[in-house]
This record gives sequence, structure tokens and C-alpha cells, in this order.
Amino acid sequence: MKPLDPRLLRYARSTRVYLAATVALGVVLAALIVAQATLLAHGITAVFLDGADLRTLTPTLVALAAVVAGRAVVAWAQETVAVRSSASVKSELRSRLLAHLAAVGPARGGDTGAVTTLITRGLDALDAYFARYLPQLVLAALVPAVVLARLLPADLTATITIALTLPLIPVFMALVGLHTEAANRRQFRLLSRLSHHFLDVVAGLTTLKIFGRAGAQVATIRRISTEQRRLTMRTLRVAFLSSLVLELLATLSVALVAVGIGLRLVSGHLDLTTALLVLILAPEAYLPLRQVGAHYHASAEGLAAAEEAFAILETPAPARGTAQAPTGTIVFDDVVVRYRDRDALRLSATIEPGQIVALIGPSGCGKSTALDVLLGFVAPDHGRVTVGGVDLGEVDPAAWRSTIAWVPQRPYLFAGSIRDNIALGGPPTRTPAPPTAFAYCFTGALPDAPAPDVTAAARLAGADGFIAELPDGYDAALGDNGAGLSAGQRQRIALARAFLRDAPIVLLDEPTANLDAGTAAEVMAAIRHLARGRTVVIAAHRPELIALADRVVDVVPQPVGVR
Amino acid sequence: MSWIRLLRTAASPAAGGLVLAVLAGTGAAGAAVGLMAVSAWLISRAALHPPVLHLMVAIVAVRAFGLSRGVLRYAERLAGHDAALRVLERLRARVFARLAELAPAGLAGYRHADLAQRLSADVDAVLDMLTRVLLPYAVAALVGLGSVLLVGAYSPVAGLALAGGLLLVGAVVPVLQSRAARLADGRRAPLRAELAAGTVDLVHGLPDLLAYGAAGSRLAGLAESDAKLRRAEQRSSALAGVSAAVTALATGICLLVGLAAGAVAVRSGALSGELLAVVVLTPLAVFETAAVLPAAAQHFAAARASLRRLADVLSTPAPVTAPPAPVDVPDGPHTLRLEAVAAAWTPGRTVLHGVDLELLPGARVALVGPSGSGKSTVAALLVRFLDPTAGRVTLDGIDLRRIAPEQVRQVVGYLPEDAYLFDTTIAANLRVARPDATAEQLRGVLAQARLLDWIDTLPDGVETLVGEHGRALSGGQRRRLALARALLAGFQVLILDEPTEHLDDETAVALLDDLLAAAGDRTVLVITHRADIAGHVDRLVDLGRHRVPAPV
Repeated sequence: MKPLDPRLLRYARSTRVYLAATVALGVVLAALIVAQATLLAHGITAVFLDGADLRTLTPTLVALAAVVAGRAVVAWAQETVAVRSSASVKSELRSRLLAHLAAVGPARGGDTGAVTTLITRGLDALDAYFARYLPQLVLAALVPAVVLARLLPADLTATITIALTLPLIPVFMALVGLHTEAANRRQFRLLSRLSHHFLDVVAGLTTLKIFGRAGAQVATIRRISTEQRRLTMRTLRVAFLSSLVLELLATLSVALVAVGIGLRLVSGHLDLTTALLVLILAPEAYLPLRQVGAHYHASAEGLAAAEEAFAILETPAPARGTAQAPTGTIVFDDVVVRYRDRDALRLSATIEPGQIVALIGPSGCGKSTALDVLLGFVAPDHGRVTVGGVDLGEVDPAAWRSTIAWVPQRPYLFAGSIRDNIALGGPPTRTPAPPTAFAYCFTGALPDAPAPDVTAAARLAGADGFIAELPDGYDAALGDNGAGLSAGQRQRIALARAFLRDAPIVLLDEPTANLDAGTAAEVMAAIRHLARGRTVVIAAHRPELIALADRVVDVVPQPVGVR
Repeated sequence: MSWIRLLRTAASPAAGGLVLAVLAGTGAAGAAVGLMAVSAWLISRAALHPPVLHLMVAIVAVRAFGLSRGVLRYAERLAGHDAALRVLERLRARVFARLAELAPAGLAGYRHADLAQRLSADVDAVLDMLTRVLLPYAVAALVGLGSVLLVGAYSPVAGLALAGGLLLVGAVVPVLQSRAARLADGRRAPLRAELAAGTVDLVHGLPDLLAYGAAGSRLAGLAESDAKLRRAEQRSSALAGVSAAVTALATGICLLVGLAAGAVAVRSGALSGELLAVVVLTPLAVFETAAVLPAAAQHFAAARASLRRLADVLSTPAPVTAPPAPVDVPDGPHTLRLEAVAAAWTPGRTVLHGVDLELLPGARVALVGPSGSGKSTVAALLVRFLDPTAGRVTLDGIDLRRIAPEQVRQVVGYLPEDAYLFDTTIAANLRVARPDATAEQLRGVLAQARLLDWIDTLPDGVETLVGEHGRALSGGQRRRLALARALLAGFQVLILDEPTEHLDDETAVALLDDLLAAAGDRTVLVITHRADIAGHVDRLVDLGRHRVPAPV
């Protein structure tokens, strides 16, 4: 494993500044360690053998106090820099990940639990990597070199002993590291799988309860946790083995050096000052390396998390067109969309401006997929969609979508108030990020456009009735994906979004499916009103919707499993 | 319930392993201190050129310490982690069991992402609490005490300085730091939750956001949350630095005091010169052990916050409690009644009141009413997810509150509108209803739900994965699979909440007929807004017009 992934420098620029600061602090610290050992050795010898009193000792004590103060300052600076850098790096990676996920779009698929885990918890593994592992790595290179340079003129035997055993530590580290790397990856994957499983089980708790299976799930969770413990312990037995070898080598070497200098002192080949210097500095030479070993586990976790992040960042975003949003006839030119080795949609159709077109066909024939293609969520695997003769693939998707109002079959409701959820259809109220700013240029809407008339839109969608009955009305906060609202109410909020959007093209995916007869009639009236002068594409089964259409396009279901 | 009680009850079965870990850790840290102390004496003594034989005991001791440290440390870490993981296992099962007890009415105030966070991250915190907080503290306390006694025996002043330094590093710094960290953590936890909820919103709601050109402003909002979190983390950086500085200072001051006091003592003859190095240098090794304490205390604050959140969930009052002496449900056929019932999901927000409803054995009843009129609440009352705030619900004349809730749900089955599909195979989703169902039984219910023909065209058949939230299926297919699952369970009363939603009209009518036929002599309550239901059922109850039973 590389101790430092170069991509970390590329994706998180804060890393570079941090590395420079850490090296500078490491050099100062190494010098202070040597100075402290020298002063202690001199002081002890002066008192023990030369009978020095407190007054004679004063210069040594003052110098020692200065060194101690210096070490405190360096220690403070090291920690502070590490925590700040780690926070910056995590923030940089999070922002990049979120922006990239949005750029790649809904077609990415993948496991939302794992992505959420990575962005919220997974990246925290970098804390230990920056605060502990990297500085220790720098110290592990600097301190032994400086210590050996100081010991060389003092005592050759001890210097050679230390110089010979020190390199064994990185060798063992690499050997054990090779083994733990794969195990760590497995561990991280296991954790995200578990997190996904828990999310799934918690979300389905009500269903489990209905079938009396919640109790059995307790046992399953227990079994999975036991399995997790076994696997973790297996990883740890090896991971800790590395620290066992390191501690053994380091402590045993210090013991051998201590016994060696003791024996050479007896025979008069060494003086006490030198012997004490060796005794104090020998453990210092091993300490940073030992700590690198101790933090190895933390570093591997951090790098594994970084790797997951890089994997997402390196998923190519679909090519975005740059052309202005076209207007005119929409043509599905022999469009084929494949999903998991089968054709999910096969469609040729022409939609004239101002026409109301109903896409009909049995459930699963690809009506919603056709709308996804129009929205640019899904690129055709074959054929193309043109608007006024322009291939949609060449059009800036944000600009194109700004001409569309969409009511999906299962609208997503965001954490926030009902008002905010409807206002999604209006111009953004926050300072927009660049892609949206582009959309403004094309639609001509200004960022300070007047507050959208949420209430009027809700009235048109037939949503004002139930909203008025909520305790906080339009300011009622929605729970998890609209928890507390019925499917029909959610649908009507999505309809209100579309009314608020006031776009030339309207895409409706079964807009009256969840409404009772009375409300459906009201909404139908509103849809008729909305449809005037606009191009409307409706995925429909209900007869009243089909009756609304100028033209009906039959979407032919594709046989499953046949290419 | 306090977090301490939570930890104690969860940890008590693993106490043996934890004690073993403390003993091994104390041995390892003691070996490091011993190595430094005996080596210091050995060298000082050697400087006086005694016969080598006089040094033999010290030489053997130094080598033994050198060998034992690594081995004991290995034992400490293995024993500690194994015990902690066992505690984690129990705790996770316990939290999940509690969530299961509370769902769904008791969890209305939580978001799914937040609950999953509690079940994974917060439960993991117990690992930190044991291996990174309690274990290092126990070891440092024992070794620190031993070292203070050793140094103090030779130089009381140096011993006092060491004790003071250790207290500073082990107690004062952590207290100050944890007070500040608690502040930062309290600030950080909601920011993290905000970021997590925002991330879930972005990832799940991406199509809606892109369609409405709002992804950019969402990202800007998330960037704000992110910046707030970053600032909160950076604010705690100066504190992390202070503790490192004070630790370095404490070590240095002990060296200074040891040298000065030792010099005075040697000069006055109170201390033998060959013990001076022991007094001065032993603290170096002791502080190496104590240096981990401020970090341990930082883990403490975070782990405690997690354990408190768990204690929170564990002490959330259950919406429905099992009766102390449950009455057995008589054998069928069963009659269910709602008698002048009022109900609320959250106190004070009554969604139903004065509702009467009777479900006689084998009856086919439709419950209609505009959306939001409380149709699904009636279902929740009948399966005892919720208790009425007034009136009563009875099964064969027995108040449901006197029957064990699981028993009620063995009789009454509920297919909610948003029935959940697990991220596994079609077969496994069906077997949630009946784990021992045979392949024929699975095919039977799939046929009844009109899914079998489609499934037979799939290469993997019933072993096809349905994806996260059943995303690999169409809306209609999801509904049918959920229906098939409800049919598989042996409920005698079946409540179907909008069973034909998302299906085209022709299929919907056919499905409803099939469904009622498949239900056989079971009692069926269909909740719907469809006007054309009347022809399929014996009775229509309109909730919108307040309990007017209209015989058809």
C-alpha cells in the first residue's frame, strides 16, 4: 500500500499545505528531542559523579526548561494543523462527491446506503489518517535519522545495533501490511453492506411486524453481528500481530542496548554521560516507527475510505451538450433503451408543439422510461430524440429541463415545509450554483424573481384543501419522504410544483392515479387549463386522461429476456 | 434510562474478558516503566564499576521486561476487542428489538436514515467506549499509581510532581477538554444529521431536483451545511492542540522537578546517587502510557453522546403495550368491531372520532373516503399498531388492549399502501410472510396476484433480485408482489389499503375479482377511493360521511 495516495493531493489541495507544515514541525521536534536527551544526560552525570549542587546545575535546568517549552509549542501546532487539515480535506471530498453525484445523475444506480455512509461516516476515517498516521510517518523518517546522527560520534556499538534493527520494523510492517490491506478492504465493504442491510430492515420494520417477523429479525441481526465479530477478530489478530512484532523488536532492542552499555560501562569502555544519552535516545529512535505501526490500522481505514471516494469521483459523468434549449417538434427516432440486457423501451413517435399526447400501454411497457429519455435522465442506447431537428444529446440538459414541468409517478418529498416542496417548481430562492445560473440565462428568469405564488399553484393542483387542514398549513414540516401524507396528497404537491413551473412542455406520469373521483375531476379541469398552448406528454391508463389527448401513442411492451 | 445503566447492563456478561484485558494492559505498560527504571539503575550502578555478577538480576529483569511488553500488549488488545465486540452484538440486537416494538406509531418522529444511524454508528460507539476509553484509563490508573509509589519512595517531591503531572494529563486536561468537546459535539451532531439527511435527500430525490433545475441550489445548501460542519470541526482543533501541549509540558516539568529535587536529595545524602537516574527517567516511560488519555477522553464525549441517543430510543414510550396477562384469542371465525373510536398518531392531533365499524366473519367490506380522512388509521387500529384514544376496538368481543399484539396480527393481516419490499429476491420477499413456504405455495400466490407469467419469463425466476426498495420492478409489479406476500400469510382477516393503486383499470378490476376469490372465506376490508368498488363488496362504509353503514 502506498502510504500517501497521490490522488489525495489532487482531489484535496489542503493536503499539500499540511504535508509541508508537518515536515517543518518534524525537523524542529527531532532537534528538541536530541537536545533534551543531551541536557538530561549531562545533568544526571554532573550530580551523580561530579557532586554538582543546584547552583552549578542552573544553566542546564534553564536550557531544559526552554526545550520543554519548545516541545509543548510544537506538540500544539502539530495537533492543531492536523485537525484543521483533516476537516478541510473531508469537506473538499464531500463537496466534490455530492457535486459529482448530481452531475452523473439518476442513471448511476448503485447503493444509496453505501454512498450516504461514505459521505457522512466513511470519510471520518481520514481524521485518524491525518492527525495520527501522516505526522508519525514524517517523524518516523526524520527522528531516527537525527538520533542516529547524534549517537554516531558518541557510541558506535549502540549506533550500529539501532541502525541494524530499525530497518527490520518497516520490513515487518510491509509484510504484515500486505496481509491486512485486503482484510481492511473486506472489512470496509462488510460495514457498508451491514449499514445497507440495517437501513433496509429499519425501513421495512412495519412490514416485518405485520408478518410477525420482527422477532426473527432480531435473531438475524444478532447472527450477522456475531459473524461480523468473527471476521473482525480474524482481521485484528493479524493486524495486531504487526504491532506485536514491532513492539517486540523495539523494546527488545532497547533492552539489549541498555544491557550492552551497562556491561561496557563496567569494563570502563564508556562514560556515564554517553551511556545515559544512549539510554534516553534509543527508545526515542523507535518510538515514531512503533507509533506508525500502531496507527497503521487507522491509516488503512482512512485510505480505503478515500479510495471509495475516488472510485465515485472517477465514474465518468455523461457528456453534457451545450446548445440552447430548442423548441419545435419532438421526435423519438427509433429510440431503444436497454435495462439489464433487455429492451425497456422501443419507440418511434412525433409530438408536435401544442399537442397533447397520451402514451398508453400496460404497466411496465416503458411509458415512464420514455419520459426519462425526454428529461435526459436516460440516454437512448440506440436512435435519438430530436427537438426542432436538434439532437437532445447536444443540448445543455439544465437549459432543456427548464422548459419542462414534470410530475413523476412517485414524487420525492424533501425534508422541509410543504411550501418549500412546492416552491421547488419555482425559481430557486437560494444563491444558485453555476449549472442553475446557466438555466437562468436561457429562461430569462432572474435570481431575484418575485416569490412564486405557491398558494395559487396548490389551489390549481387541488392541494390547498388538505394543506389548510394541517396544523401549520403551508409551513407544516414533512417527515421522511413525505411521511404523514397520503400518496394522493403527495401527488398533488408534485402537481402544484408543475403548475408553479409554468413551462412550455409538461410531462405527466399518471397524474390522477392516486386521486379520488371528486379531486380527480378537479385536477382534470386544472390539467386542461394547464395544457392550453403547451406541449403535453402524458403516461396514462385512465380513460379521462386518454380522452384529453389529441393523439394516442401506443407504447409496445417489449418481451422480457429477448434482445 | 441513563447511558451508564445502558452500558453496565450491556457490558456485564463480557466482564471477564474486560478484566483480563485490563490485567494484560497493566502488565504491558508496567513492563515499559520497569524497563526504563531498571535500565537507569543498571547503568548508574555500572558506572561505579562493580563486579558484573552484582548486575545479573538487573540484566535478567531488563531482558524480561523487553520481551514481555509486546506479548502482553497483544493479549490486551485481543481480549479487549473481543469482549467489546460481544457487548456490541448484544446492544445492537437490543436496540433493534426496541425499534421493532415501537414501529410504526412510536417512531413517527424519526427519519429512517437517523434510525439506521442509531442502529449502526451509535451502537458502534460502545466499542470506542470500552476499548478506547475505559481500557486505557484503567491501565493508566493502575500503572500510574505504581509508578508514583516507586518514584515517591526515593524522592517524595519527584513522586508528588509525577502524581500531579499524571492527574493533569489524565484528569484535568480531559475534563476541560470534554467540556469544550461536549459543546463542539453538541454543535456537530445536529450538523452531521443535517448533512446526512441532506445527502439522502439529494441521492434519492435527484430526479426531481434535476427536473426542476434545483440540484444546484440543493448542492449550495449542502455546501452550507458542510461548511458549518467543517468550521465546527476546526473550532475543536485548538483544543486538541492544547491537550497535546499540556501533556508535553507535564512530562517536561516532571523531568525538571525530578532533576532539581534529585540533585538536592543526592547533595544532602537523602538519595543514593545511583538512584537519581531512576527518579529522573522513569517518568519518561510513565507519560508514554498516560499520553493516550486526552485522546481517550475525546472518544469518551463522542461515545457518550451516541450511548445517550441509544438510551433515548430505548426509553421512548411504546404506543402499544402488551397486557400483563393477555387473553387468548378464541378460535375463528372472528368478528372485529370499532366502537365509537377516536384515534391520534401524535397526542392532540385526532384524525378519527366517533367511528363505528363491524367486520363479521367472511364479510367483504369497503372503507371509502377522501384522502386524509383516516382510512389507514382504521387499519392501524385493527392490527393494533395504535390504541384508540376513546372508544374501543374488539376482536370477538375482547378489547384488543387485553390481547397480545402479536396474536392480533396473527389473525388480522394488513397490506399497507406503501408495502415495503426488501433488497433481496422475490422468493425471500414472499417468505417474509411464511418462512417455510414451499415453491408450489410461492407459485400459487404469485399466480393469484397475476405475476407468475411475468416471473416465468425472467432468467432467474423467483430468485430475481428486486433491488433497493423494489426499484427493479415497475410500480404495478411491486404492488402485486406485496399482494402475493399478504396472501401467503395465513391471516383470517385481511385489510387491503388501496390494493389496485398504480394498476391500469382493466387489470385492477380483474385483480380485485381474483383477490376476493383468493381470499376464500377470509374476512376482507378493502380501503380505497375507487367508486367502482361497490359491486365487489357486501357493504360500503364511507368515512367521509362519518360512519354511515350503507348496505348494498
